[in-house]
Amino acid sequence: MLRYIFEPGFFASGPVHVALAVGTVVAVTSAVVGVFTVIRGQSFAGHALGDIATTGGSGAFLVGVNQFWGYLAFGAGAAAFMEMIGVQRRRGRDVATGVVLGAGLGLAALFLYLGTQYSSTTGASFTILFGSMFVITSSTVPALITSALLALATVVLLARVLLLSSLSPDIAAARGVPVRAVGAAYLMALAVSVALSAVIIGSVLSTALLIGPAATALRVAKGPVRAMAAAAAIGVAATWIGIVLAYDSFYWPPARRGWPVSFFVVTLIVGCYLVTYLRPRRERQDAAREAPDTEQVCSPA
Amino acid sequence: MFSGLMLNTWIAATVVAVIAAVTGFFAVLRGSTFAAHAIPNGAFAGAAGASLLGLNAFVGLAVFSVAGALGIAGLSRRSRPDVATALTFVMMLGVGALFVSWSTEYAQEAYSLLFGEVFGVSAGEVLPIVVLGAVSIVAIIVMFRPLMLSSAMPEVAEARGVSPRRMELAFLLVMALATSMTVPVVGALLMFSLMIGPAAAARSLTARPMLAMALSVVIALVTVWTGIAVSYQSNWPLGFFVGVMGTAFFLFARACTAARRRLATRTAIAAA
Repeated sequence: MLRYIFEPGFFASGPVHVALAVGTVVAVTSAVVGVFTVIRGQSFAGHALGDIATTGGSGAFLVGVNQFWGYLAFGAGAAAFMEMIGVQRRRGRDVATGVVLGAGLGLAALFLYLGTQYSSTTGASFTILFGSMFVITSSTVPALITSALLALATVVLLARVLLLSSLSPDIAAARGVPVRAVGAAYLMALAVSVALSAVIIGSVLSTALLIGPAATALRVAKGPVRAMAAAAAIGVAATWIGIVLAYDSFYWPPARRGWPVSFFVVTLIVGCYLVTYLRPRRERQDAAREAPDTEQVCSPA
Repeated sequence: MFSGLMLNTWIAATVVAVIAAVTGFFAVLRGSTFAAHAIPNGAFAGAAGASLLGLNAFVGLAVFSVAGALGIAGLSRRSRPDVATALTFVMMLGVGALFVSWSTEYAQEAYSLLFGEVFGVSAGEVLPIVVLGAVSIVAIIVMFRPLMLSSAMPEVAEARGVSPRRMELAFLLVMALATSMTVPVVGALLMFSLMIGPAAAARSLTARPMLAMALSVVIALVTVWTGIAVSYQSNWPLGFFVGVMGTAFFLFARACTAARRRLATRTAIAAA
């Protein structure tokens, strides 16, 4: 029976081990960071930072610096730029993200052009979008994981003030919370975590793991801690099942080259979110779930 | 630079700039810049599917961009718009990744859809671009008043019987139409930069809607024309110039507004 679920060789394969380990770290980090992304309505920033960070990677490759620093520098730089030109107001936030992303994509076009002049990498545009979980080199893994854990720790430490200043900035300010500084610190943590997950799994999957599990969890779980735990569980489950299916799919039609991991993981995550739609509920309550009231979230669960 | 083949480029790019500026103006006003990013980028997955089935890429782009618009509008009914957009977007690209893995020779074509082939526009492509561009502009003109009202003052619009959901859907569909027309020419990434940069710059220069829209068209045209000229000379990609100039215009507009405000305060103090 198990033989049909796990193709022979699954547990012995080195790339699979790395993919499972790294995928788990990324899924947990994205899910926890993502809960705040969804509450604060910063999905677009979460996606844009991933795209821009990948651009930084190709820029670093061009000038011969370690790509890891390119990712981090561009991610953090873009976050600072967004914060500078007006991330604090909701509508201005959206436009600021768009403007920064526009500049980042322009640079991406340039870097890819310069890159293809020196080496013919037609697949480069592709890696930007989709990444590939099975080609992670194990030498970069420790650095990636350390940075991801740093971002995760920042968010967990800030969790209480962050929650308060996300839900009701006025009350937070009255209690002496530096709302803007907390927001900026969060955006930095988001940038680091998204930059790393975009490197490892591509910008599509990184967005999916950031937003999908968190949005699902916020619809079903009571209280922020449970929401974070549920989001992490959904993210990890989707990643594992996705990896298993991708490994199994190696002999599936039509190409017999394996179906992409990103397809499986995205489908599982979106499917999971849609399942929450089946619960009959009035619309206003649904909306309230995703952007919960202060009392509902801050009261002990 | 103005030879026969380049003439097609100039015409196509001009049409694209106008339609991008007009739809982009509403995208910025409504705060739906994420959708402006998601629809063109997600539509590219449709082109992958079309090439797999041996269809014209345009069919795939049209089907996927409309599906994206419907998905975003549908999910937004019971979710926050940014979450709805993000999930629709990743789903489209996930399917795109699957299509790409099925087909054998897609990488080069995908590259051109992301970054466009503005210098390779043929005479046969110009006509559909002009026609579809005109259709999108007419659609925006027809629904101009309710769209403007529901973008600027959603509550007032609702009180007057303009359904915000229907308006959102209509707007996203126009964006989808514009996208499927422009993506093969300028690419998904450039289309986004062209929608957001000029419109955001125009919006921060003036609060008057008609003036802002006209300004955004002017800025988009200046950006594209300068971009094509410089790109033709330097051989660097057009997307780079458009992306960077859009941001530069925005920062310049912000600086102008800040300076004007400071001047106004100083004049007021001097007068008092």
